[in-house]
Amino acid sequence: MGNTLWGMEITADQLSTAFGDTLYMVAISLIFSGLIGLPLGILLVITRKGHILENKWIFNVLNPVINILRSVPFIILLVALIPFTRMIVGSAIGTNAAIVPLIFYAAPYIARLVENSLLEVDKGIIEAAQAMGATTWQIIYRFLIPEGLSSLILTFTTATIGLVGSTAMAGAVGAGGVGDLALAYGYQRFDTMTMVVTVAALVIIVQLLQSTGNFVSKKIRRR
Amino acid sequence: MIEFQNVKKVYQTKKQTVEALKGINLTVEKGDIFGVVGYSGAGKSTLIRLVNLLEHPSDGQVIVGGKDLTKLNPKELRAEKKKIGMIFQHFNLLNSKTVFDNIAMPLVLSGTPSKEIKERVGELLEFVGLSSKARSYPEQLSGGQKQRIGIARALATNPSILLCDEATSALDPQTTSAVLQLLKKINKEYNITILLITHEMSVIREICNKVAVMEGGRVVEQGSVFEVFAKPQTDIAKNFVRTVIHDEIPQSFLKNIGSYIPIIWKINFIGTTSGNPLLSTISKKFDVHLSVLSANISEIQETPFGNLIIEVTGNKQEVDKAYQYIKDEGILVQEVQING
Repeated sequence: MGNTLWGMEITADQLSTAFGDTLYMVAISLIFSGLIGLPLGILLVITRKGHILENKWIFNVLNPVINILRSVPFIILLVALIPFTRMIVGSAIGTNAAIVPLIFYAAPYIARLVENSLLEVDKGIIEAAQAMGATTWQIIYRFLIPEGLSSLILTFTTATIGLVGSTAMAGAVGAGGVGDLALAYGYQRFDTMTMVVTVAALVIIVQLLQSTGNFVSKKIRRR
Repeated sequence: MIEFQNVKKVYQTKKQTVEALKGINLTVEKGDIFGVVGYSGAGKSTLIRLVNLLEHPSDGQVIVGGKDLTKLNPKELRAEKKKIGMIFQHFNLLNSKTVFDNIAMPLVLSGTPSKEIKERVGELLEFVGLSSKARSYPEQLSGGQKQRIGIARALATNPSILLCDEATSALDPQTTSAVLQLLKKINKEYNITILLITHEMSVIREICNKVAVMEGGRVVEQGSVFEVFAKPQTDIAKNFVRTVIHDEIPQSFLKNIGSYIPIIWKINFIGTTSGNPLLSTISKKFDVHLSVLSANISEIQETPFGNLIIEVTGNKQEVDKAYQYIKDEGILVQEVQING
C-alpha cells in the first residue's frame, strides 16, 4: 500500500496517474476528432442548398451518417468497435484502446457543432466574399472560419467537456482516468471520500475548460 | 458598360416556380449613375446580383464590359469580378477583422504584396475620410462609417463598376446624404459607373442621371431622371415621384369647384429658368388670370427642378395662345385632367 490520502482507499499516486490518463485521452481524442469533425462540419455547411459548394449527394450522405453515429450510446460504440480498435492499436483494452471509440464518438459530435457555429456566420459576408471573386478555399479560411472562430472556440470547449465525461465510461475497457477511479472505487466499493475527491476533480477540470473557452471566445468576439 | 438583354430569372422550388425577372432590357452607359427603383419584391435585388453573377440568369444575357460573364471559366470570372465593386445594405464587413484588414481583403485575395496593400489601404482610408479608424473594429463604427469602409473595400481593386445594393437604406437621412455625395465623388473623380438599387426615390433624385422603375419583375419605365420626374408615365412611377415632389392639386381646391371644370396646368422648370417672370409675362401678354395652386422647387442632380400647378381662367382663344407661348419657350407644360 502506498501512502493513502484523506482516508481514501486510493493513493495520491493513483490519483495523479488517473489525472494524467484522463488528460491524455481527452487531448489525443480531441485532436483526432477535431481533425475529422472540423472538415466534416465545414462540408455540412458549404454543401447545403444555396451555399458555396452546393452538392446534394455529399450533404445527403453525410447528414444521416453523422446522425446515426451520434445516436449510438457511447458504451455501445465502445463495445461494438472492439474488433476495429484491436486492428488499429493492437489491443482492445487500456488507455490507447479507449481513444479509438472516443474519436468515433466525438468526431460526428464536433462536426455537428462546427456546422451550427458556421451557420451563424452572416450570409451577407459570404456574398461579399463571392462578389470580391474569392475562391472556395479563400471563402472558407478567410471569411467563414475567422467570422465563426469565436463560436468555434465554444464548440470545441463543449466537445472537450463531453470527452471528459465519456472518458469515465471508457473505464469499462480498462482505460483508467479520473472517471474510472470514481466508478471503480467510489461507486462500486462504496468509498465515499474517493467519490467526492474524484468528482470534485472532474468538476474542477470542467469548470477550468469552460472558463478558458468562454474567455478566449470573448476575446476573439470583441463585442 | 452593363447590358441586360431579355434577361429572365426563374426560381424553382418543389412547390412552385417564381419568375423574379420577366425579360429585362436595360443599358447602363459608361459614367452613368443608374438607379433602379422599386418596392420590395420587384426583382431589383435579383437584377443587381446578375451583374457579378451572385445570381445566374435563367435566360437572356448580361453583358458587362463587353463580356458575357457566364461564358468565362472560374479563373477569368474571378478576374472580372475584381473590376466590379459591390456595397451592401448591411455593409457585410468582417467583424473579426480591423477596418484596415477589411479594406485590404480584396487585395489579399489577389495576392498583392503587403507593402502595396499598405499604401493602397492608406489612400482609400483617406479618400473616405476615416484614416484615424484603421485599427478599429467594425462594431466600433457608426452605420455611415461602416458604409464608408464598405465603399473603400469595394474600390480597393480599382473597379470600373460599382454596384450598390440598397446601400443607404439602413442609414439615417443625414448619413444617407453624406454617403450619396461620396458615391457621386467616386463617379466623378474615378469615372466609375454606378448601378444602384433602392426603394427611395430621394436617392435617385440626389445622385442618379438615369432611372428605371421596376414592378413585378419588369422594368415598367426608364429614362433620364429629368424625364421620369417631369413626366412619369406609369402609376407606380407617379407614386414614386410623388414621394419626393409634391405636386398634387390641394384637396380643398378640388372640394370647392363643384360642377365647374377648371383649366389646370402643370409646369416644370429645369435649371435656371425661373417661374415668376414667366407667369407675369403671360398675364401681361395674354388676357388670362393665373392662380397658383401648388409650387415647389426641388433639386435634381444639383439643378433646380421647379414644379408649378396653376389654374388658368380666360377665354379659350387666349388660354390656348398662352399655352402655346409656354411651349414655345421650351418649358414643359401639361394640362391636368380632374376626374370627378
